[in-house]
Parts: sequence; structure tokens; C-alpha cells
Amino acid sequence: MKLSDIMVKDAIIPELKARSRDEAITELIEAMASAGAITRKSVHEVAKAVLARESKATTGIGKGVALPHAKVAGIKSPVGTIGRSSRGIDFSALDAKPVYSVILLLSSPDNPDEHLQAMEAIFKHVQRDIFRKFLRQSETKEAIIDLIQEADELG
Amino acid sequence: MATIEQEVTVVNKYGLHARPAMQLVELANRFGSKIEISNGVLTVDAKSIMSVMRLAATQGTVLKMVIDGHDADKAAVAIKQLIDAGFGEMDEQGS
Repeated sequence: MKLSDIMVKDAIIPELKARSRDEAITELIEAMASAGAITRKSVHEVAKAVLARESKATTGIGKGVALPHAKVAGIKSPVGTIGRSSRGIDFSALDAKPVYSVILLLSSPDNPDEHLQAMEAIFKHVQRDIFRKFLRQSETKEAIIDLIQEADELG
Repeated sequence: MATIEQEVTVVNKYGLHARPAMQLVELANRFGSKIEISNGVLTVDAKSIMSVMRLAATQGTVLKMVIDGHDADKAAVAIKQLIDAGFGEMDEQGS
């Protein structure tokens, strides 16, 4: 699975308006609805599921990245998007540092293996210092899309 | 110093998703030993969350570990216990 297969390009937010964790998650989920990746009427339920997961344990894994996610009924294969915050958002991350790149992932409740493959696709890139650095510096949707595609091509 | 090798099978339905991966990394970091985990394709440092998330270990995946250091025996037992117990989520849904 490639990152560009998962990411909904129209839902990418190069500068989040959100200043808090919950606002950032909601903003990304609303962008997913606007892009047609989820239905408008499911926004509230999806946000509730992602926030409930987040409150069990932070997905702020450190180094400025958080990966809020949930399993959502009606999702066939994993879909996600990226929001960038230049000022940084408090996710109560493991390293207690602000989060500059928020990667949202929604998966099917019926296919846990695919969820793990999507996580693998994300972390394959996110574990690289250079990818995180470029992502943090990407100021437009196009720059983020290009970065994802280039990273996928490099493998 | 000792080197211990062991294989442990992932038993919980949702596999090594984010929360179990964090539990595993947190546990690994309590030990001084070097701990490497492989899913047969990829070998990673068990103390790095970003690396461990790459294992994509589904239910039934056999994880091979090489643990090297003064507390290798304790680390091996503790990690096996955590995985065998399904990361405490044998009855609940993963996420």
C-alpha cells in the first residue's frame, strides 16, 4: 500500500486554522467530508470516534507528528489526510513537544490487517527525518501532494 | 551479557496497531538491552515507535526477537508476556 493511495488529496490542509487537538481533528474530518471521502452526516460520529480513541492514549508519537485515527463503519479501504500547523498543536505527545503534522487515518472496522498496512505505509515515510522536515516546510497543498508522491516513488 | 532469541506470535485480533505498539516500545525502553524485532521482512529497533509501527504485524504474525544485554532474560520474559496476553485487549475492539 502506498501513502498516495490512502491520502485524499482534496482534503489536505496546508495550514490548519485549529489551535487545539480537538479542533484539528474536527477540521480534518470536515475536509474529508468536503472532499467526498466520507458523508457530511457522518462527520459528527467520525469525530466522536477519533476523539474517543485519542483520549485513550495520545497518537502524538513524537517528533512533531500525530496520527489520530479510528475504525469507522462505511469505510471500505483506509483513507486519510494531512493537516499542517506552522504554530504547532498540543497533542500531549509522547515527547511533550508540539505537533506540526497531523495525519488522520480512517479504516474499516472489518479489516484490521488493512489498517496495519496503512499504518506501515504512513510510518515508512514518517520515520524518515527528511520526510518530516519537508512536510513541516510544505506551505501548499500541491507541495504536500508532490512530497507524498516523490516519497512513494523512492519507496 | 547474554543474547536471547525468541519467537512470539501476535494473538490479538487487531494485531500490533498503535496502542499495542506504544505499549511494546514503552516496555522495551525499561530495559538496557538492545532489542531487535523482525516480522520476517523487516527488522527494527523495539525502542523506536516509528520503527515498530512499520512491522504491520497482524494476528498470527510470528515476531522474531534478538535481545542482547545484561537484562536480556528479563526483557524477553516481559515482552513475551505482553504479546501473549494480546496487549490486554483480547476481549475488546482495537483502534
